[in-house]
Amino acid sequence: MRIIVLIKHVPDTWEERVLDPATGRLDRSASERVVDEITERALEAALALKDSDKSIEVVALTMGPGESTGAIKKALSMGADSGIHLVDDALAGADAMTTAATIAAALRDAGADLIIAGNESTDGRGGMLPAMLAEHLGLPALTFISDLVVEGGRVRGERATETATSVVSAALPAVVSITEGMPEPRFPSFKGIMGAKKKPVASHSLADLGLAADATPRAASVVLSCEPRPGRTGAEPIVDDGSAGQRLADYLAQQRLV
Amino acid sequence: MTLLNDAPMAAPAHALTDEQAALVDMVRDFARHELEPHAIEWDRTKHFPVDVIRGAGELGFGGIYVSEDVGGAGLTRADAALIFEELAKGDVTIAAYISIHNMVAWMIDTFGDGAQRERWVPRLASMEHLGSYCLTEPDAGSDAAALSTRAVRDGDEYVLTGVKQFISGAGSTDVYIVMARTGEPGPAGITAFIVPSDAAGLSFGANEVKMGWNAQPTRAVILDGVRVPAADRLGGEGQGFTMAMKALNGGRLNIAACSLGGAQWALDRAVQHIRTRRAFGKPLSEQQSLVFTIADMETELQAARLLLRSAAQSIDTGHPDVAAHCAMAKRFATDVAFTAANAALQLHGGYGYLAEYGIEKVVRDLRVHQILEGTNEIMKLIIGRSVLEKAS
Ligand SMILES: Cc1cc2nc3c(=O)[nH]c(=O)nc-3n(C[C@H](O)[C@H](O)[C@H](O)COP(=O)(O)OP(=O)(O)OC[C@H]3O[C@@H](n4cnc5c(N)ncnc54)[C@H](O)[C@@H]3O)c2cc1C
Repeated sequence: MRIIVLIKHVPDTWEERVLDPATGRLDRSASERVVDEITERALEAALALKDSDKSIEVVALTMGPGESTGAIKKALSMGADSGIHLVDDALAGADAMTTAATIAAALRDAGADLIIAGNESTDGRGGMLPAMLAEHLGLPALTFISDLVVEGGRVRGERATETATSVVSAALPAVVSITEGMPEPRFPSFKGIMGAKKKPVASHSLADLGLAADATPRAASVVLSCEPRPGRTGAEPIVDDGSAGQRLADYLAQQRLV
Repeated sequence: MTLLNDAPMAAPAHALTDEQAALVDMVRDFARHELEPHAIEWDRTKHFPVDVIRGAGELGFGGIYVSEDVGGAGLTRADAALIFEELAKGDVTIAAYISIHNMVAWMIDTFGDGAQRERWVPRLASMEHLGSYCLTEPDAGSDAAALSTRAVRDGDEYVLTGVKQFISGAGSTDVYIVMARTGEPGPAGITAFIVPSDAAGLSFGANEVKMGWNAQPTRAVILDGVRVPAADRLGGEGQGFTMAMKALNGGRLNIAACSLGGAQWALDRAVQHIRTRRAFGKPLSEQQSLVFTIADMETELQAARLLLRSAAQSIDTGHPDVAAHCAMAKRFATDVAFTAANAALQLHGGYGYLAEYGIEKVVRDLRVHQILEGTNEIMKLIIGRSVLEKAS
């Protein structure tokens, strides 16, 4: 069985994230990049399946600029067998539609029995990609899944909603998106880190995928402008001259908070 | 977070490879998730977290520079120095225990015969078994070559009798390397043995009440007629002291790295603290004398880091002055790291003295690094003598 996991290199959630006001795009140099936390859990889900069946092959796929090989390296060090990197200058600023079309082109003949993605990425939070991908590929999509089981040629999982938990399943091949309810990712081992360099990583440009750069779906959505969030206003700083406690209590009482 | 960039200044000699950067990232994640949140509690309750240590074993921490054919990670001492520095930022005491464990695994890997390597090392490398290193005795510390535990040959066995003092991990570990006397007085009469925890006649003293290193037990190991098969003798008769000293070269670097990690963690905390803590109408970080304190801490830790990484290269490349290089790194790093940690405590004011802030724990933990694996006075003996020998 071949599982392809979609991973994404994103700015560290714990650091400040910055948009470039000129392009409306993410300023990639502003913060350290890490493998998206939810997609790391997607990888963990695939590796856990591999733990119980060594014949399973796990491939990590990412679309992103050159430096995104960092995400693939991390995935390989955690235990993925190989990597696929979709990289092309023409993809800079790609929106969800373009991304889905490009990844679908790469997956069409990749022989995946199961495609696992995160339900959303911690930077964009669109949460659309897995469903779009399934549509492109004509595959069933099980989205927002926790507790993933593969058995007898089918994939099954739980999908929690506000009122109930559904158990959903589909015949393979299928696309699954998992939530942060799935188990935490493992740490790479020292051996995994040292061995990552020897694992194969294929790199594909748009032309390799048969998507000529000018024929690629142009960004279907364009950011026209963006501005930084305004600083907080309306706060009244209280400088303690001995009465701060009283004034704070008065304020809370006035706002009916105590 | 560090005041200056984490990478040492003297690139390319000390630049990190991509793999080393990935190793450091992994250890940082591990230390932040698995050690740091519990360190204060483990110190307070004197809890030795064997389960967490075994978890580290699955990642390769049990045999960092042990050969791959017996389950080790096969990394270099330069890698190990980076790993221990980062690990100690989570918990100095646990990192230091893992260093001692690595000394034990490395000794059997390096000096053991084929059967010994296969029998003992894989389970040490995975940390299914934990190791202890037994050299010191109640009446032989700095002068370890004066040890008096006896090993008397009796047919296919040796009979070991004596007391080992201050043994890290003792009582909770599985494999003990014991240095004992088989022959003449002095270093040439000492032989090393591998003794499992369930050997008849082996027992342990009470867990010592100590200033720091509370998250790992320290006990006397009592050998009362313990029969050790000759097959478990490590190396030949009379070779034990040399092997024990070779193991300590690496151990000293790891301890230096642990000191560095603990002190860097304390420095980072202190920088945060004085930037946000206000007194006399401005942040403490605007007091020039405190800026100078930070400057001294950073400078000395960077110097120690360079000395450490250079000594690690001396082991990796088999430099003839390796013992002196390791002694210099250990002496310097453990001294400046203790001073820096103590300064971090001072910069925190009263909060530095509270357990909750974790700083006083680092100070207590680092203090013993100036004493064990050869006191810093003994380091000076090694360094000074090697300089004088060159001149003669
Ligand atoms: C928490 C802890 C854990 C330990 N773990 C282990 C372990 O796992 N395995 C192990 O074998 N040992 C271990 N030790 C023992 C440690 O290595 C010794 O304590 C150390 O070597 C010093 O020996 P000593 O305590 O007998 O001091 P002494 O040798 O009595 O020294 C006392 C003082 O005299 C100084 N001194 C001694 N000789 C000279 C000299 N010639 N010139 C100048 N100064 C000198 C010393 O530097 C020291 O300051 C541990 C110790 C501690 C505290």
